[in-house]
Amino acid sequence: MKRAFPILAILTAGLLSYGLYGALVQAPTEQTMGDVQRIFYYHVPSAWTAFCLFFVNLVASIVYLVRRDPKADALALASAEVGVVFCTVVLVTGPIWARPVWGIWWTWDLRLTLTLVLWLIYVSYLMLRRFSSSGQTPMMAAVLAVLGALDVPLVYFSIWFFRTQHPQPVIGGGGSIDPRMLHVLLMNWLAFMCFAVLVCWSRYHLEILRRQVEETQALESLASGSAR
Amino acid sequence: MSSPQGVTRATLVKDLRLEWRSKDAINSMLFFALLVVVIFSFSFDPTAEESRRIAGGLVWVAFLFAAVVALNQTWARELRNQVLDAYRVSPAPANSLFVAKVLGNFIFVSVLEALMTPLFVVFYNLRAIGPAYQLLFVAALGTWALVVNGTFFAAMSVRTRSRELMLPLLLFPITIPALLAMVEATSSILTGEFSARFWIVLLAVYDVVFTTGCLLFFEIILHGE
Repeated sequence: MKRAFPILAILTAGLLSYGLYGALVQAPTEQTMGDVQRIFYYHVPSAWTAFCLFFVNLVASIVYLVRRDPKADALALASAEVGVVFCTVVLVTGPIWARPVWGIWWTWDLRLTLTLVLWLIYVSYLMLRRFSSSGQTPMMAAVLAVLGALDVPLVYFSIWFFRTQHPQPVIGGGGSIDPRMLHVLLMNWLAFMCFAVLVCWSRYHLEILRRQVEETQALESLASGSAR
Repeated sequence: MSSPQGVTRATLVKDLRLEWRSKDAINSMLFFALLVVVIFSFSFDPTAEESRRIAGGLVWVAFLFAAVVALNQTWARELRNQVLDAYRVSPAPANSLFVAKVLGNFIFVSVLEALMTPLFVVFYNLRAIGPAYQLLFVAALGTWALVVNGTFFAAMSVRTRSRELMLPLLLFPITIPALLAMVEATSSILTGEFSARFWIVLLAVYDVVFTTGCLLFFEIILHGE
């Protein structure tokens, strides 16, 4: 397991640089939007990665609620933190693209609002974890994650009622895309997923170590207290 | 007295009696909502036509902020003299305590709304063009959505540092769809341009989903394990 980490790190670095090359050079320039469209190779893979991480967080939270396994909680924490970072990338790159193409930075459209609300829910999740230092934090955070997941379909339907302006999804949405573009897109997604797994892995490991240190310190202070 | 309904009734009567004697929650909520109304009408200075369009948002934002004042007191009140710990060790079902607290808050916020609505009508020259009786459904369902989530997250935030601050941070993101539904339903009834039916159904679904979710998880939140 320990040896897999550097291998994954090298693989990620390779994939990310290949993805960058693909996005900037290999992919053909889009007809109407021009070079601005290339941000798509970062925007869309970030979004997919963020949603995958939020899903991992939900599963880990449910596992924690059922089995009370501290490892599941550490995974939930790591995936939420990294997910919020990727979600922030989505929310920042989106307006940069939208300004020249739509002429506006932001619109209250279905996918934009859903992503923003998801981001808000997960930021409040991280705030809860930060403001609560007791042993009940993992349980409260897991409950919040499950309630947040219940919220997502309701947010979806409430905003679906308005017209949607976002470009239709390129896969499964009936839109057509140049196969070379699709190749670069999927390559970038793979690279981003590897990167996310890498960061989550080290964050998870760090969290486990931090807890071990805390436990050892508590035990030591107990032992020194009883020796006196 | 030991039946679940008995526990609910006893807690609810106790809370109502406490509130009746001190009037802490309702006074602070009323004054807070009044301040919001006055400040909003200063900053917008709306005409009747325009106010009809924005009133839905104003009314519910005022109620939401005011409700947080009452919701924060729900469990903080029980921390004094370790009442909350007594609940934890007692064999009474956790959910009957939760239902009592939700009902109590529902009554407080409804009283607030009943008292504040005439003020809104006066300050903003409101008159519903659409079917006004639907506003009752919106108010009942919307208040329930606020109160059921608020009571639940107040029980969570009471266990964190800076608990008064934590409640809105937890409550507002999750409540966004309900808030959107309340605002849109109220606006469409006031302007009479659209039907509010979709939003009322959405609110009802939201209430069912979150009431179930909160009842499911309240016990582990109360016992903290």
